[in-house]
Amino acid sequence: MPVRIENKNKRTTAFLSGEIDHHAAPALRREIDREIMENMPSELVLDFSDVTFMDSSGVGLVMGRYKIMSGFGGNIVIQNPPIQIKKVMKLSGIDRLAAICSV
Amino acid sequence: MNVKNEMKLCFKSISENEGFARTAVCGFCAMLDPNIEEISDIRTAVSEAVTNCIVHAYRGTIGTIEITAKILAGNELYIKIKDKGCGIPDIEKAMEPLYTTAACEERAGLGFAVMESFMDSLKVKSAVGRGTSVTMRKKIGVRYEQT
Repeated sequence: MPVRIENKNKRTTAFLSGEIDHHAAPALRREIDREIMENMPSELVLDFSDVTFMDSSGVGLVMGRYKIMSGFGGNIVIQNPPIQIKKVMKLSGIDRLAAICSV
Repeated sequence: MNVKNEMKLCFKSISENEGFARTAVCGFCAMLDPNIEEISDIRTAVSEAVTNCIVHAYRGTIGTIEITAKILAGNELYIKIKDKGCGIPDIEKAMEPLYTTAACEERAGLGFAVMESFMDSLKVKSAVGRGTSVTMRKKIGVRYEQT
């Protein structure tokens, strides 16, 4: 499973892993969206600790979840992105929509 | 062009091949002794170009994607990624960051922006109905040290 999801106190955390590209993104999207719709969390955390590769398909994934979350007033956090992934995120300007944090 | 080594790769435009293509190109360029950041940059740029072929050039069909990679004198990597798909009517527009014709599929419109910023140079040639070729170059081992 390329994503493990935890729900706690109105916060949903999706622990992503492996390579996020155009091939992998749709399955991740489906899994995460199902949890969001079920739990309507106030915060969605996307954890990238175990992601080994990401191209702009990952940016699309974050943008799409951002739209859904902001639709009902929730926010989104990008957690522990490795350096390469942070580089792609920064280039996209998505760090203006979602906080990037390390824990 | 002083070519030290060269390889050619042809494969079907199916999304399973995105991972294969970027890994194959990185395997080839390993002999240039790139560092981790350079490998990441190349891997990401190739992934973007190949994804463009699958998502845009061969939309709704399956065609062949051809990658030519060369090692040039001066420790430079040359990569050409070619398709015979639909072509790009307005290259300038297509290269604008965040411009996409596939927003409903959650494409971010950043493919060319990533290629441009992660490689040293990017050239795009396209003819509508005939296909597109993307040529990228990157010098490996250039360390920008302060003097």
